[in-house]
Amino acid sequence: MTHTDLQTYWWLIISLLGALLVFLMMIQGAQVLMHCLKRRNPQWSELIFTTISHKWELTFTTLVTFGGAFFASFPLFYSTSFSGAFYVWILLLLTFVLQAAAYGLRNREGNFLGKNTYDVFLLLNGILAPLLVGVAVGTFFYGANFTVNFSNIALDAQNATISSWSNPWYGLEALTSIPCVVLGLAVMTLTQTLGAQFIANRVADNELKERAEKWFRYPATAFVVLFVTFLVGLLLKDGFAVDAKGDVFMEPYKYLTNFIEMPLIAVLFLVGVLLVLFGIFMTWVKKSRKAIWFSGAGTVLAVTTLLLVAGYNNTAFYPSASDLQSSLTIANSSSSEFTLRVMSYASLMIPFVVAYIWFVWRAMTRKQTSQKEVDDSSELY
Amino acid sequence: MEDFSTIIDWSRAHFAMTAIVHWCFVPLTLGLAFIIAILETQYVRTGNEAYKKIAKFWMKIFGANFVIGAATGLVLEFEFGNLWSNYSYFVGDLFGAPLAIEGIMAFFLESTFIAVMLFGWNKVGKKFHLTATWLTAFGACLSALWILVANAWMQAPVGMEFNPLTARNEMTDFWAIVFSPVAINKYFHTVTSCFVLGAVFVAGVCSWYLLKKREVELAMKSMKVAAVFGLFSALACAYTGDGSAKQVARVQPMKLAAIENIQDGSTHAPFSIVPGIEVPSMLSIMSYGDSEAFVAGINDFKNGNAEQGILSFEEKKVRGTIAKTLFAEFQEAKKIDDTTKMAEIAAVFKNPEFQKNNYAYFGYSYLESPEDIVPPVALNYWMFRAMAYLGGWFLLLFSVTLFLMKKGKLESNKLWLRISLWTIPTAYLASNAGWVVAEVGRQPWTIQDILPVQAAISNVGLHTVQGTFIAFAILFVVLLTADAIVLTKIIKKGLK
Repeated sequence: MTHTDLQTYWWLIISLLGALLVFLMMIQGAQVLMHCLKRRNPQWSELIFTTISHKWELTFTTLVTFGGAFFASFPLFYSTSFSGAFYVWILLLLTFVLQAAAYGLRNREGNFLGKNTYDVFLLLNGILAPLLVGVAVGTFFYGANFTVNFSNIALDAQNATISSWSNPWYGLEALTSIPCVVLGLAVMTLTQTLGAQFIANRVADNELKERAEKWFRYPATAFVVLFVTFLVGLLLKDGFAVDAKGDVFMEPYKYLTNFIEMPLIAVLFLVGVLLVLFGIFMTWVKKSRKAIWFSGAGTVLAVTTLLLVAGYNNTAFYPSASDLQSSLTIANSSSSEFTLRVMSYASLMIPFVVAYIWFVWRAMTRKQTSQKEVDDSSELY
Repeated sequence: MEDFSTIIDWSRAHFAMTAIVHWCFVPLTLGLAFIIAILETQYVRTGNEAYKKIAKFWMKIFGANFVIGAATGLVLEFEFGNLWSNYSYFVGDLFGAPLAIEGIMAFFLESTFIAVMLFGWNKVGKKFHLTATWLTAFGACLSALWILVANAWMQAPVGMEFNPLTARNEMTDFWAIVFSPVAINKYFHTVTSCFVLGAVFVAGVCSWYLLKKREVELAMKSMKVAAVFGLFSALACAYTGDGSAKQVARVQPMKLAAIENIQDGSTHAPFSIVPGIEVPSMLSIMSYGDSEAFVAGINDFKNGNAEQGILSFEEKKVRGTIAKTLFAEFQEAKKIDDTTKMAEIAAVFKNPEFQKNNYAYFGYSYLESPEDIVPPVALNYWMFRAMAYLGGWFLLLFSVTLFLMKKGKLESNKLWLRISLWTIPTAYLASNAGWVVAEVGRQPWTIQDILPVQAAISNVGLHTVQGTFIAFAILFVVLLTADAIVLTKIIKKGLK
């Protein structure tokens, strides 16, 4: 494999990890559902908590792996975005710390913050984590305010920083970008849609299942509207293209062109979107417990291909709104060929990892979560 | 200038705070996992339900401890980029690979099987559960492996060369990084120290039960496992600690000089027990296995020592500046697309002699005075002694505990039980002291001799770093308090 092949491969892995993260953030969505149903029936809230408390580590681990893999394969993105969009990432981190604390301490005796405080932590994480992830991904298409200059390394220590952010908001300015916020809200409502479908699938309580399915209609409707809005805007906008010399320029309808020029990705994207919509239909109309499988698979496909469109076909995946030529592409921001090759060998482990996760999950989830399990597990998480 | 050094200090404090809080949880996770696995093995082997109850009890503590460790670990991973962006880019090609492999291989292993361990008692068979418990323990150790390999590389960079085109260090030999003697020693020293902490914790909690005459069966069975496990771990930790000292003498002699507060080097160097009390020649023997070996002092590195072949700070700065100037020339050539000159300079950076004589001192070009290369001496001196002496104390603790158990006198020896209980906080002190020595001792380097903290930080404003430091500090204090109270409650409740 050439360096270009390896860069392409690792962008696929990053896209897939990002997609899995969005899918697994159904846990965050279920946390919001848990909060919304708490007043109606506190027992439901506990049942939801017990159900997701056995799964949250997987989302957490996927986030860690996503961060680690991005660091390893595209270090210039990692150093530029994490130091530049500082507040966005720090806020995201804070919410994940709160989430972990809630799962670890909420049901313990002597937790001096009280159960309600931890429930607020879960709500904050449930809303903010997918919103911020979506807003951050929005900048992949609409640009961020940074500059990159390798020559700075040759200057004195005070001026040696390669990547700099061009405004004092350190990433929060993305919250004023309407398309980025629309994507953030779309991701947030998608996770809530998936969360409700997941709970409907996992709990052995028909009343709660029905309630979750009813609640699901709000985020599902909002998601469809927001996603279509974002998608139409994306397909009609100019994109950040890269020429043969590596110079970045604005190209009309770049992302629409990418779909047309990469038909396999376009087909997979369409299949993904249709699967999500079919999953929504299955829950809304058929009340099917299996809907999460369709929506989940659709989410993974749609998000993976959307990220591929951001990086493939001579496109800058992290465009700079401050200096076009500072934009990051998979070619100019990746690790060396040697490192990517080493990592590619390590990635051969992924099928085995997926296999044992699948095996363990099957063993652990043969039965749906019942009230009895809530009572039995009140001390552990 | 003042602002710049203030930002550096706040960035250091930010990262150090997260690392220390993280390290309050990780060692117990690693150590306790093995003790739980041994206890559960006893249950499966003997069918004695008491072992199952005991293992489940320790799992409650494990669960409450694990999550905060995982959360702070995530913060650490992201803070590399948040606070040290130049560093992240400069070494991402090397540091990232172990992190990615860690994520793929270790974290999923740990997080998948931990769910079975904590929630799977009634869902999977006995042997499946036991396998999951052991895999959780090994997964935790594997998680530690890759991050420690990365850390060892920062202390002693190997298997890489600088690429002027991408302005970073790039990996050339993966196995040289993984099997570097510093990495191997660091891994085993760190992991065995975690086992010791886990054993001290268990022994201390069991002592409390015995003092209160409660949960005696739990206490005696757990104490036996902890004391044996702890004794072997403490011996291994001492052995690898000796190896660590030798590695530090070889690759980070300034750190050794700071740890020992040696201003001027000498042969027959004495080891300072405490200020004013020394063992002659001991340091030469500990560092190089030879009483006549020369151990360099701080002034030798500042001013140079021609007799011992030690370059002065100024000489290293000149050499490093040559490498940096050449890099600047490469960047100029790149701007005007002078490919011939670029190729010439790139070839120079690939030359082993240039790497050894110039690039190896690249980081000195960012420093201003010889004082910049001296780490805080008093802190290193005392932290090293806290770690080493407490390590010796833990060996004695486990030996005496086993002796008293064998004689059947442990339960009645209240003084020893109290000492054992109050040893718990010292284990945390020793563990964190070790990291202080490792990390503060190598200041100002984020990568030894190649990148100082001054050139490694992000271009983020002072108030931004201060503000988030305070936010995390408040959060960590609240979480530490909450977790400590919960752990205390679990222990007080016992097997009820």
